[in-house]
Amino acid sequence: MSPVRYIIGFCLSLALTIVAYVIAVYYPEHQWALALLGLLAVTQLAVQLTYFLHLGEEVGPRLKQLSFLFMAAILMIIIIGSVWIMSNLNERMMHFTPDEKTNYMLKEYDKGF
Amino acid sequence: MLTLDRTIGTHFFTSDMGGNPMMYVNLIWAWGHPEVYILILPAFGVFSEVVSTFSRKRLFGYTSMVIAIMAITLLSFTVWLHHFFTMGAGANVNAFFGIMTMIIAVPTGVKVFNWLFTMFRGRISFKTPMLWFMGFITTFTIGGVTGVLMAVPGIDFQVHNSLFLVAHFHNMIIGGVLFGAFAALAYWWPKFTGFRLHEGLGIAAFWSWLVGFILAFGPLYILGLMGAVRRLDSYDASLGWQGLFIVAGVGVAIILLGVFFQVLQLAYSIWKRKELAVGPDPWDARTLEWAISTPIAEYNFATLDEVHERDAFWAFKQSGKHRSAAYHDITMPKNSGFGVLIAGAAFLVGFAVIWHVWWLAVIAFVVLIVLIICVGMREDIERTIPAERVATIENKLWGHRS
Amino acid sequence: MSEAATEQKQLLKRTSIGFWLYLMTDCLLFASLFATYVVMRDATAGGPSGIDIFEMPLVLAETIILLTSSLACGLALVALATKNMRQLLVTLSLTFMLGAAFLVIEISEFAKLIGEGYGPQASGFLSAFFTLVGTHGAHVFIGLLWLAILFATFIRRGITDKLTRQLTLFGLFWHFLDLIWIFVFTVVYLMEVVT
Repeated sequence: MSPVRYIIGFCLSLALTIVAYVIAVYYPEHQWALALLGLLAVTQLAVQLTYFLHLGEEVGPRLKQLSFLFMAAILMIIIIGSVWIMSNLNERMMHFTPDEKTNYMLKEYDKGF
Repeated sequence: MLTLDRTIGTHFFTSDMGGNPMMYVNLIWAWGHPEVYILILPAFGVFSEVVSTFSRKRLFGYTSMVIAIMAITLLSFTVWLHHFFTMGAGANVNAFFGIMTMIIAVPTGVKVFNWLFTMFRGRISFKTPMLWFMGFITTFTIGGVTGVLMAVPGIDFQVHNSLFLVAHFHNMIIGGVLFGAFAALAYWWPKFTGFRLHEGLGIAAFWSWLVGFILAFGPLYILGLMGAVRRLDSYDASLGWQGLFIVAGVGVAIILLGVFFQVLQLAYSIWKRKELAVGPDPWDARTLEWAISTPIAEYNFATLDEVHERDAFWAFKQSGKHRSAAYHDITMPKNSGFGVLIAGAAFLVGFAVIWHVWWLAVIAFVVLIVLIICVGMREDIERTIPAERVATIENKLWGHRS
Repeated sequence: MSEAATEQKQLLKRTSIGFWLYLMTDCLLFASLFATYVVMRDATAGGPSGIDIFEMPLVLAETIILLTSSLACGLALVALATKNMRQLLVTLSLTFMLGAAFLVIEISEFAKLIGEGYGPQASGFLSAFFTLVGTHGAHVFIGLLWLAILFATFIRRGITDKLTRQLTLFGLFWHFLDLIWIFVFTVVYLMEVVT
């Protein structure tokens, strides 16, 4: 059992964190800022899964890897699906911003249902 | 999130202040659709066991059965919008989820064909569990195809929240889940009690349920297509639907008769349990649970014999192999009251939060945490049954047989 | 390896797979909270949005503190394997103190916002923000409670097989919390500033 893996993982994660922070706070208007942030987050995920959580070291029935992949698939489906559905609904439902919707609801309430 | 809205006044699903009620609909069905597959997959498992036992043939296409289950599991997470096609999403969104809903019918169809092929050239005996399977395979298939019909968003716009929908999901749950539960009860009852349920009353119960179900829900399909909406307590007489509703009412009465037969069957069978007593393998079954004695010893299996194929018990019976007589010490968990206590505390927390009894919620929650910590700190949690004691128990259970 | 040691190793493997499955379900809990947050990011109802209320330097500090706590936890597991009592004591204490520091900063952030009238009841965006970040914080709190009990067990009974199992599971939990925080940090704070 070696502490080296943890220290490597820590240094990589720290670097990725600081780069992401610098991009977000000092270069927020950059064209690829959002995509880069996503990429950095996923990279740090991979780093921490490998060096801290030891994913990938299992032999035999690779249950941790399998369950992680299944969870990741469901997670992507739920998040991407929900965002797609909700933005589609919001777009089609009278183009209200939330504030406009509040004002509209209040006006309708005054009119009396 | 709903609890937070109801208790502390957050704005997840409110109509104003930035809330979005459709997000609730979205999330609840993202859970709700996988839930119905959680309901039906165990029933499918029961039927796989029942079909192979009562056709005296091993399950056809085991590998494809497993792949079908895996496909259903993954796909069931990709269809949830079909519960709210009519709530204003665009054509692309509706089309995607409609297509996924149709695709998920395919692995289910694979399973249906595999069960039928299991029956083909088998020596079928129509005991009660097998009758429930026959009832399932017919009604569930029909209900399933009505589901594929509603997967088309254009059609769903006509039948959403109509009695057609109501008939469909009752068809799936009753024909699928409930018949599966009844089959399981009839099939495994002799294993855990040592006597079988009265067959005649079981047959009567089955036919009442099947005929009753068809009469109760068949008219609802027709009424739904004619425009009858759900969640109404009465429909205008001028619509001319009364006849069909009366048929449905008769169906309900016949189902009630079926329930009556089931209760009678339980009561009568328990009363006559000495006459109805059976050995450990009343169905001449194929799987290992029938290899152990009835009543079942607390450790289930006294020895762990090596297994080389799926229907291992059937293979043992064919080869005339005897149980090995070398018993070992068996390590069992100690009995504990903590499970009941933790469940009780959790119940009190839930009850208190629902009824806003805050003092009880806090106290029960603290008790719950303390109990969980106590469980974690227990050291002495196992006991060993020595080999001699195992031998004594086995000899008593099996008598002279080895 | 002796038979007893092999048995312990297998028991540890089985237990940690079971705990891993629980962690996967916890990830899905966070998935629904993340989905809700992304959908409600702009639902500010006339109130403040993220840019108005986030203090980025504090968030960076929180992130680095939690990351270091995760490192300390990993080093504690190394100490456990090498049966180094002193190192175990030091690293576990460090894990706890850094985790507690993280929570202190987060709670002070929440208290400040609520004091200004921007609590979870103020808008959909704030409901989603407080619930996502707060749920993560609640997990951290439970983790600290768990760690305290394990620490007390270690002081009383030293390193037993059972403690090894429990600390390994705690390690999984603590690393997983830092993983979730990467995404909270990115999706909630950083992406808010960018868009």
